[in-house]
Amino acid sequence: MLELSHVHKVYRVGAFGGGRLRAVRDVSLKVESGEVVSLIGESGSGKSTLGKMVLGLFKPTSGVISFDGTDITTIRGHAARKAYYRRVQGVFQDPFSSFNPIFKADRVFEMIRSSYFPGTSDADWRERVLKAVGTVRLDPENVLGKYPHQLSGGQLQRLLIARALLLDVDLLVADEVISMLDASTRIDVLNLLADLKERGMAILFVTHDLSLGNYVSDRSVILRKGAIAEMGPTARVFENPLHPYSRHLLSCVPQLHRTWAEVDAEMKANPPEDIDLPVAPDEESAPLLEAEKGHFVGIDQG
Amino acid sequence: MTLRVNDLKVYYQTLRGDVHALDGVTFDLADGEIMGLAGESGCGKTTLGKSLIRLDSRMRHIGGTIELDGKDVPIADEKAMVPLRYHEISLIPQYAMSALNPTRKIGRMINDLLRARGVRPADIADELKRRLELVGLDTDVLDRFPIELSGGMKQRVVMVMSTLLNPSLLIADEVTSALDVSTQRAVAESLVEFRDREYIKSMVFVTHDISLVYQMADTIMVMYAGHIVEKASASTIVNAPRHPYTQMLISALPEVGSTTEQGRLEGIPGTPPGLLNPPTGCRFKDRCPLAFAKCAERPPLVEIEPGHWAACWKTG
Amino acid sequence: MSEIAGAPGTADAAGGPEPTTERKTSEVLHFAVRNPKLLIGLGIVLSLLLLGIIGPLFIEHGPNEYVGPKSQPPSGEYWLGTTSFGQDIWAQFVFGLRATFLIGVFGGGVAFVIGTTVGFVAGYKGGIVDEILNMLTNVVLVLPALVVLIVITAYLEVRGVFIQGVFIGLTSWPWAARAVRSQALSLSTRDYVDLARLSGRRTWRIITTEIAPNMSSYLVMSFILLFGGSILIAAGLDFIGLGPTNGVSLGLMLESAMKWSSLYLGMWWWFIPPGLGITAIVGSLYILNVGLDEVFNPKLREL
Repeated sequence: MLELSHVHKVYRVGAFGGGRLRAVRDVSLKVESGEVVSLIGESGSGKSTLGKMVLGLFKPTSGVISFDGTDITTIRGHAARKAYYRRVQGVFQDPFSSFNPIFKADRVFEMIRSSYFPGTSDADWRERVLKAVGTVRLDPENVLGKYPHQLSGGQLQRLLIARALLLDVDLLVADEVISMLDASTRIDVLNLLADLKERGMAILFVTHDLSLGNYVSDRSVILRKGAIAEMGPTARVFENPLHPYSRHLLSCVPQLHRTWAEVDAEMKANPPEDIDLPVAPDEESAPLLEAEKGHFVGIDQG
Repeated sequence: MTLRVNDLKVYYQTLRGDVHALDGVTFDLADGEIMGLAGESGCGKTTLGKSLIRLDSRMRHIGGTIELDGKDVPIADEKAMVPLRYHEISLIPQYAMSALNPTRKIGRMINDLLRARGVRPADIADELKRRLELVGLDTDVLDRFPIELSGGMKQRVVMVMSTLLNPSLLIADEVTSALDVSTQRAVAESLVEFRDREYIKSMVFVTHDISLVYQMADTIMVMYAGHIVEKASASTIVNAPRHPYTQMLISALPEVGSTTEQGRLEGIPGTPPGLLNPPTGCRFKDRCPLAFAKCAERPPLVEIEPGHWAACWKTG
Repeated sequence: MSEIAGAPGTADAAGGPEPTTERKTSEVLHFAVRNPKLLIGLGIVLSLLLLGIIGPLFIEHGPNEYVGPKSQPPSGEYWLGTTSFGQDIWAQFVFGLRATFLIGVFGGGVAFVIGTTVGFVAGYKGGIVDEILNMLTNVVLVLPALVVLIVITAYLEVRGVFIQGVFIGLTSWPWAARAVRSQALSLSTRDYVDLARLSGRRTWRIITTEIAPNMSSYLVMSFILLFGGSILIAAGLDFIGLGPTNGVSLGLMLESAMKWSSLYLGMWWWFIPPGLGITAIVGSLYILNVGLDEVFNPKLREL
């Protein structure tokens, strides 16, 4: 459904835009309908830039991002963009920044209505909103008619997911949606994403937290410095990480029942086999190597 | 006993009234102990961390005492606290990376700080270099500006800076939250190293990330809505918690390897109470599946087994 | 997720359900009525404005008519005395105040509209649009505005308050544009602006409903400064003889007072009222602005 092919993003930086910053390097990946794909990376890995490019908020420097066969980078004009957002929506990291602080929180629903469902009657619309709010397991009494600062981060994120539900989108870009939430509520939002997946929605789940990356996703993509380091079925990537960077990351994640020392000792006892990484022919490309079926490793960037 | 906090109450003054951010907190911290202070946002953990060193203008000391190495810490008395800071108690703030003056070189900043504390920089220069190397920094960072350093490097500079005078107690407030996982591990391990080398006697490590604190702390204290709910050794808190809040919190954490197919994890329904007019009794009772009539009274923090404290009527 | 350092997070999380607009308004009001700078500034500006509006209603003759004895010091009949030609200075003063406020509204208004539009579009659109608008702004900014104004007004045969205001506005918008641009630039990276884009909103609606309301205090202050600036520029133009033809303004009063040597003749009542009037308006506008800044900006609030 969504296909990225050789996508690059280069920023001009510094005085007079003389410097170049390669934020995304030669990324190709696919998201099938009803599939959850995690984009995992540390800061500067280009994961959020990728998410924003899929949402059409940034333009790639080169490469094709196609959605159901249409290259979204060629979308011009307000009507075409609006049609795209009828099917693809996003939820962002900071729930408090996603709501305009001077308006009531449920205004996000009204904006959808005025843009996409201007003909719907008040009663009909109210029913739809109540249904969507119920689906994200919020009590309408508690959230409708409130201002953003009166709601918790978890409630706000769920309202945004309800907003995507109202549009019944095919693809949701969830950009670090739970990193600002408290431990006791983030799992609820994660479960909600799993529900959406069961309804057939595809999700691009952008995160820096490896332990969250694999909870919901079918496939995982580990990014480093803008390029794909490893990509494959989530279970394979986490059980059998092939790229040294993925292994390093996994050894550094604080785990709840295993200490770092235990993880290190285990690594030492069973050192993983090194595999040959693909070599980039130039500064720009980042080829992938299929190590096992559907499981790819990327270039070594030191 | 390094630190002894007894029934500490600190409120925030706002236009709408007092926010009971810290409402009667009692605990001890032993020599050489690294205590993780965990809880959700707004539970009072940052307030507790700050209360041990400096009250800001909106914080008011309502009651309770703090004792460090047998001496009283006069937290409400700004003047009397000055000689204690850096020498006895030191803090690494949450946004240490922005705490550095961007127009000063690191070395000059450290020297100014030392002079302000009545220490001659030359006396301590060798030690400074040794410690920078210990945390994996080149000594030439001293000749650089903060902007030239990465977030992790700045965090380590601040770490070295704030422990240079071998304080008895170090408070680290969310020092790793803004860092990438690999840097996070390095910083956390250096902090443990500092304790092992006795640069600091004991440490309070404030964090929201229980799996991180499990990696490095000896004990974990869990707070909820301005109260302490449980304190025990790190492995007890993670593997055998007794307070319902801790139990639910631990079971809500996804781990590397857990997936929805293996069964879904459950969050804690509801939200923490507001602290402007906090409810009486146990503050968790509205979200607690075990709540019963007695919870209308505040449960005391009692030692249910050696070294394991919990504040719940059901565990007593 | 992480706790916000300090109390605001704790305090907000602790806030029970109560309407925020009420809270915000009452908070602003709470500080507004306790801010002496704001109260003094506002008081002076409003009383002068009131004088400019009501004063002329009580004067039967035109401000430039020769109604009384010449060169009279202030008296019961002519409150501020008369000019060397027998014009009533009190009448000139209140009419002049009115003209001065009008020039502030026209000049400040035109500059405000152009400046904020350019600023919003540049800040929101970014990229090449921003660069072009920025260049334009900088060009206008470095033009010697007074010289341009002198040239333009000198060529106009009939000059009214309105025309003068428009030309002042056309030359004084750049700094407002720059200030608004930098604010808009930071606000347009907020997630709710992205969300509005994803909701299929058009650019101008995003600017007017998402960005502008969040910097309303900033916009108010820009307008006040532009207003005061226009009054000053107009007074300067009037003083060098390029004011409204056949009109009256505080600047023109100063000009004729100087032209007819009131200083040498010791006719202090002729040049002090207009001079004091301009100083009072502009000065209190700036005090008002500082006061507003303190009210809106929590960091500057004096508790």
